[in-house]
Amino acid sequence: MTVKTGILKWLVSCCICFFTCISHARVIEVSVNAIVQSIASAIQLADHGDTVMVFPGIYREGNLIVNKRISLIGIDHPILDGENKFEIISVTSDSVLIQGFHFIDSGISGTVDFAGLKIYDASHVVVEENILERTFFGIYSQHAKNCIIKNNELQSFGGDELQCGNGIHCWKCDSMQIIHNTVKNHRDGIYFEFVTNSIIWRNVSEQNVRYGLHFMFSNDDTYVANYFHHNGAGVAVMFSNHVSMLGNHFSQNWGDSAYGILLKEISDGFIIGNQFDENTTGIVMEGANRIETKRNLFSSNGHALRIQASCMDIVLENNEFIANIFDVSTNGSLVMNSFHRNFWDKYEGYDLNRNGLGDVPFHPVSLYGMITEKNPPAMMLFGSFFTKLLDRTERVMPGLTPENLVDHEPRMKRFLM
Amino acid sequence: MNKMLKYIIADILRTKVMIGYMVLLFVISFVVFASESNASKGVLTMMSIVLFMVPLVSVLFSAIYLYNSAEFIELMLSQPINRSQVWIGMYTGLGLSLIIAFCVGFGVPMLLFASNHGWVLFVSGIFLTACFSGIGLLASVKVRDKARGIGTVLMIWIFFAIIFDGMVLFLSFQLADYPLEKPMMIMSALNPVDLARIFVLLAMNISALLGYTGAVFNAYLGSGLGRLICATVLLGWCILPYWISLKWFKKKDL
Repeated sequence: MTVKTGILKWLVSCCICFFTCISHARVIEVSVNAIVQSIASAIQLADHGDTVMVFPGIYREGNLIVNKRISLIGIDHPILDGENKFEIISVTSDSVLIQGFHFIDSGISGTVDFAGLKIYDASHVVVEENILERTFFGIYSQHAKNCIIKNNELQSFGGDELQCGNGIHCWKCDSMQIIHNTVKNHRDGIYFEFVTNSIIWRNVSEQNVRYGLHFMFSNDDTYVANYFHHNGAGVAVMFSNHVSMLGNHFSQNWGDSAYGILLKEISDGFIIGNQFDENTTGIVMEGANRIETKRNLFSSNGHALRIQASCMDIVLENNEFIANIFDVSTNGSLVMNSFHRNFWDKYEGYDLNRNGLGDVPFHPVSLYGMITEKNPPAMMLFGSFFTKLLDRTERVMPGLTPENLVDHEPRMKRFLM
Repeated sequence: MNKMLKYIIADILRTKVMIGYMVLLFVISFVVFASESNASKGVLTMMSIVLFMVPLVSVLFSAIYLYNSAEFIELMLSQPINRSQVWIGMYTGLGLSLIIAFCVGFGVPMLLFASNHGWVLFVSGIFLTACFSGIGLLASVKVRDKARGIGTVLMIWIFFAIIFDGMVLFLSFQLADYPLEKPMMIMSALNPVDLARIFVLLAMNISALLGYTGAVFNAYLGSGLGRLICATVLLGWCILPYWISLKWFKKKDL
């Protein structure tokens, strides 16, 4: 009797404990017909752990401050209107869930960073399945930790850089997860400054005025399987180390200073399995060190890769270069980077021992590419017989292009699918 | 004049050289378009071939044809026909038959494989044909001796195809400290081959990939007005050499 009833008693008391705990968390319903008609008063009524359910309607409540550990859930996307004056929701407490709202018309200012939703100094906040329209900044977090921003759709005005803020903006954060958001027509789609140990996964960032993704001073971050296209200046990763960029797609970033990725003062990174197509420039590297660039596909770009002479120990292995106007260009004769086993569609060598690797080394820098690097107006001669002649002679007797920038074992066939 | 035109065209289209040119163009364009997976890349490859081959064949053929038909021209002029009518008959006959050969040789594969991008190259090819047969006329009027005439014509072709671009590149390096985009655009108007090339590149929207210079060209020449100016200058290049040759021909002591 003793052991069995002991366990039974223990189970029963556990259950009682559990249910009393559950019953402590209340659900407060907000709707135009209910007793509680405003979200602000519902937040005031709520205690830690409660849930506020907001039913469809238009709520104009100025700035809502969420300072308790509650879940704020919208049913069928109730509209929160900032009336072009306010920051719509400010989260100042840890462990808050904001889900399923439709934010519109936040304030716009040149001095205050108004946002649709702002997280101040909090951790474990989850923001998911919201729609943000015509907000200045979209979702803004500062000093946040362990937050998840997931499945949101953000759209701003576009136009010029002063009229709209960044879509998802993180400043001095740690361990953030930015997952499957769509950001459109903002200044920078996703902006990271002093953010560490974070992941950006499966987002779409398009038609932003400046960068699709902007990293500054952010170390140990990873971005995976994102799609960046039609952004004013592509993606910029600057002054950071240990950043991994895996399986992203960079496309249609056109303009003189538009890049698939701009890497400036970056070290110890990985660029693996990405796809770059139809960009004015695929990747630009300035002052980048120890970056492993592998299994990327560069197709139909103006310049696939520009490596400035200030880069060191960049490894380019198993990449594919297809139908680019210039495969690689550089601004000096010093080359401290290595190229191995890439596929170049301009390669014309042969493979006698049939090991799949060409027997003649390939020099990816063309003389005409060097000329236009030094003298951009010479681009006017692109496609003319004269420049073809120059490139041919240089390929037969290399004299002016950097000797060390060479792939000694170029692949004969495409291998990425 | 119509009778003469018909006779000239029939005469030219029957020659082996013209049939060879037509077949060669056809085979090259067919192979290039069929083997390139990407139609616009095919057009780019064809662009270099067309810009190289069409001026060469047009200018050489028209000069040689004129030297060979010197007696025919004399015969015509002994009839009650005035000189400008004979000359215009010669020019249109040569131009049209070369254009027909180009249309069959390049136009048919283009329609089959790359009808969306290829038409600009097609139009530029027609312009270039007309322009360079005019230049061939000009040379043959000025130079009486056949061998020297052919030499002159080849020099003119080498100048437009290679030397001119070399000079442009040289100048762009010498004057690299100045903003050169606009002067270079004006310089390009001095060479029909360059003009045709830029015309094709702009229409293919490749200029966006060429950075700042491409953007400048696109801003000036990419608009409807820009293309109109481009086409007008090309048309000018078709008429001007012929017009000068006509003036010379009228005064020439045969």
